[in-house]
This record gives sequence, structure tokens and C-alpha cells, in this order.
Amino acid sequence: MATTNSNDIAIIGVGLYPFGRHHDVSAIQMGVVAANKAMDDAGLGWRDIQVGYVGSLSVMMPETMTKFLGYTGVPISKMFNGCATGGNLLLNTANAIRAGRADIGICIGLDKHPKGAFSAGESMDSTGLPQWYGEVGLTVNPQFFAMKIQRYMHEYGISPATLTRTAVKAFQNGELNPAAWRRSALSADEIDSSQMVCDPLRKYHFCSPSDGAAAAIVCRADIAHRFSGTPIFLRAGEFVTRQYGSIDVQATSFSARATIGASEAAARAAFESAGIGPEDIDIVQCQDTEVGHEIMHLAEIGLCKHGEQEALIADGATSLSGRLPTNTDGGLLANGEPIGASGLRQVHEIVRQLRGVAGPHQVQRELKTGLTHVYGFPGSSCVTILSK
Amino acid sequence: MGKQIPIKEDLFTWPSAAPQLIGGRCPECSEFHFPLQQNCPSCAGRKVDSVELSRRGKLWTWTIQNFVPPVPPYTGEVKSFKPFGVGYIELPEGVVVESRLTVSDASKLHIGMDMELVLEPFRIDEQGNEIISFAFAPIATY
Ligand SMILES: [Zn+2]
Repeated sequence: MATTNSNDIAIIGVGLYPFGRHHDVSAIQMGVVAANKAMDDAGLGWRDIQVGYVGSLSVMMPETMTKFLGYTGVPISKMFNGCATGGNLLLNTANAIRAGRADIGICIGLDKHPKGAFSAGESMDSTGLPQWYGEVGLTVNPQFFAMKIQRYMHEYGISPATLTRTAVKAFQNGELNPAAWRRSALSADEIDSSQMVCDPLRKYHFCSPSDGAAAAIVCRADIAHRFSGTPIFLRAGEFVTRQYGSIDVQATSFSARATIGASEAAARAAFESAGIGPEDIDIVQCQDTEVGHEIMHLAEIGLCKHGEQEALIADGATSLSGRLPTNTDGGLLANGEPIGASGLRQVHEIVRQLRGVAGPHQVQRELKTGLTHVYGFPGSSCVTILSK
Repeated sequence: MGKQIPIKEDLFTWPSAAPQLIGGRCPECSEFHFPLQQNCPSCAGRKVDSVELSRRGKLWTWTIQNFVPPVPPYTGEVKSFKPFGVGYIELPEGVVVESRLTVSDASKLHIGMDMELVLEPFRIDEQGNEIISFAFAPIATY
């Protein structure tokens, strides 16, 4: 099950097509720009790429990017695992290199979405859920986000103020990050007076779908010195799907005999495989589709105890100057979510923070190890651990 | 004049004065699930028994759906949309099931409260039939 356990894989380049609304640019064009930026960052070109994994919801065959990158014959495979796509692209690129199929690979996430909540469409067939479930209005992701944090607040004493503090922090980071979509800070009052979407979550507690792309260049660590990009090592990466005893997005039922959720399972496996513990993590990008999940994921990943977030967040622990800077680029709240690209935006941010070149939102202290985490339908999660 | 039609056959007992959801129980691991499917989602066993689940349970969590769900697949009222409650109800069998709630007032919902299954008209179809679906309603405890 373990996919990594050493410093044998390096990330030598990252690129981003900043997330936002880009009406006149196709997802493929954004993917190509992100790929070229990542190659420039690494100091290599498309002819050096020997394998690729690409992820997208909106583009059926993103390997058509080769038309604009070059028909070099390179094998490019598509994967899509909902919001957990990005991390899994990185893992599979690394695994292809480990398997000896390539020395240098690329992973690219690209997407473009209409406004508003994601819809299953007319037929529920592709979701594995019954038609009646969609007909009566239960196939709405914000319901799940709201119900999971509602229970969590009840069980662990998290207050509504902590939800809002988390959103304030996200938009503050977005204001600093030149590549963010939402560049205006919001006050707690503005957030608390925004429309109630699904109790207890309000409009500004949520991210929105957006457009964008992100890419990373991955290679055998022992050849990383040949390229100009400062290498960051992939210490571990794990992708898992859910068990039956956890509340997960769009679950018609689950067992009251609690099992750990996908995020916790992926994080435990990643720490074990990396041979380090949560106390070694200096910076984290975690799935924050809305503020509740940033709060819960911190504990599920093992970075704090359940309930401890109330005090930690009040003390500013997750801010840029805190003990555990979280979603330093503004996260999903300030960047939106092009689903296939979101996980690689996290990788882009961690790599740049560890290198010390993130920009105005750079954490002002020495960072050695970072963690990325994505979670999505139907209960799948990917965690990666990256180190200098 | 239309008649009453369940939104899905074999989703709940019908017609019934004391309706129950129809779920599955795994003979190998004893876990329950809803709605009934042909395999056990818990232990991956490929044989399950059909069971009628308890009518009463406790509210495990809840929210209010304040906006019109994406159409399609939503087929409920759009023009005169009214927010509706959604929750998970923990049943004595040890399974937690997702359902619409009859209550959409946040002040009337709290985790742990006693709930009971009811059937209610969800919409009127083109032939004038009432499409019947299920929801959980709070039980007055005093
Ligand atoms: Zn079973």
C-alpha cells in the first residue's frame, strides 16, 4: 500500500495559471501555460518529459495539450478523482518514475467550471447514487459540508466565531497573494452577515468553482542536480478511498460504528511511510472547500487534537505568522476550485514556500517540511509530504 | 383525479400507516445500509438480506437547504421554493441514514432529538399524481 518511503523523487519545477474566471481562455490553454511555467521553473523543455499524468473534470481528453506542447510521442494519461485529483496525479507520476518507466515526468491539472454548486446533471447514473436522491434535492455538496461541521461543532465545542476567523484568515492571505482570485480581505462582520447557504455555513464560508491550471515537474532525485530548479523531495504520498463508518459527501447511509475517514487514513499512511510525525510539519495546504473542512481536516490529518482548533485558531496558529500556517496562498476560499487543478496548486504553494520564494505571503521563518491534503466525492483523499 | 405514487418502488413500505425504510443487512458482518443494494458496503460481502428499518431514531446532524438545488436532477418546486431541512438519523440498528426533514426552522432542530419516519407528497407529476417521498419528523416528547 505504501507508495513512497524515501527521498528518491524530487519536484524540480512548478507552474500555475492563476485561478479565477477566465472567460476567453480554454482549460487546455491554461494547462499549457502552467506546464510551460513548470518546465521553465525546472530548467528543461517538453522534449525532456518522458511520462505525464493529467487531470480534469471539464476536459474529456486533456492529452490534446500535446498539440500545443509538442507531439513527442510521450505517454500522457488522464486521471480524475474529483477534488482529490491533484495529489493523485503527483503520486502516479512519481510511481511511473519509480517503476523505471521514466526519469522525468509532468503532472498537470486543468479545469473550467460554470458558476454555482456542482450538479450531477439529469441522470444520477455516473454518481452511483439513486435517481430519487437527486430528485428530492439531496445531491447538494454544501449540505454535506454543513452537516459534518454541524455535528463536529456539537461534539467538540467549535464555535461559529472559529468558522468566521478561518474565512477572515483565508481572505487576508488572498489579499497578499498576487496569484489569488479573491484579493480583498473581508471583515468578520461582512462574513457573518453574508447569506446563510446551509446552516451553519454562510456564503463567505465557502469557496466557488473557478478556472485554472497547475503543473509540476517530477524526476529521479539523483538526477535533480542536472536542472536549475531547486528540488523539493516527495517524502510520501498516499491516496485512499473511504470506509463505511465515516460521514462522507453524498452518502445515503453510513455505519454508526465509527471508522476513520479517508483523510485520516491517508495522513496516517503518509506519515508512516515518510517516517516522520505531524509535529514535523511546518506548513500545510488542506482541502478547504469551506471553512468547516479546514478546521476538521487539521485534526483528521493529525496536526492537532479534535476540539483544539477552537483555541489554536483564536491564537492565530493557522495564520502566516502562526505555529502552523495553513492554506497560505488563500486556499480554496481565495482561489476557488478548478477541481482537477486544485491539488497541484497546493503542491505549487508548498514548493514555493519551502524554497522561500512564495512572494508577499511568504512565511517569515525557516520551513523544512510541508503537507498537502485533498478530499472529495465519494470519500477519497490524497496526502503528500514534501521536504527540502 | 390523480393517485398517490411512491417516488421509487421498494424504497419504503407502501402503502403503510406506519411506514419503514427498506434497507439491507449483511449476514456476514451484521452492518445495515440504506437504500437496499446487492452487496455489503462495509465488508464487501456479496449477499445481503432485505430488512425494514426502525421507524424511529435520533437526529445525528442536520442543516437547512436554503437555495434551490441544481435542476436537474432536482424535480421539486422551483418558483415557490421553500427551504427544507436535511439530516442524518441514527437508527437503533447502528446505521445512520440521510433524509429530508419535515422541519426547516433551525431553532426547532437539535442533535440527539427523537425523530420518526413519515411519508409526504413531494410533487405533483404531469398526470396529476402525487409523488410520495419520505422524511423524518420530530416526535413531540412532552
Ligand atoms: Zn458485511
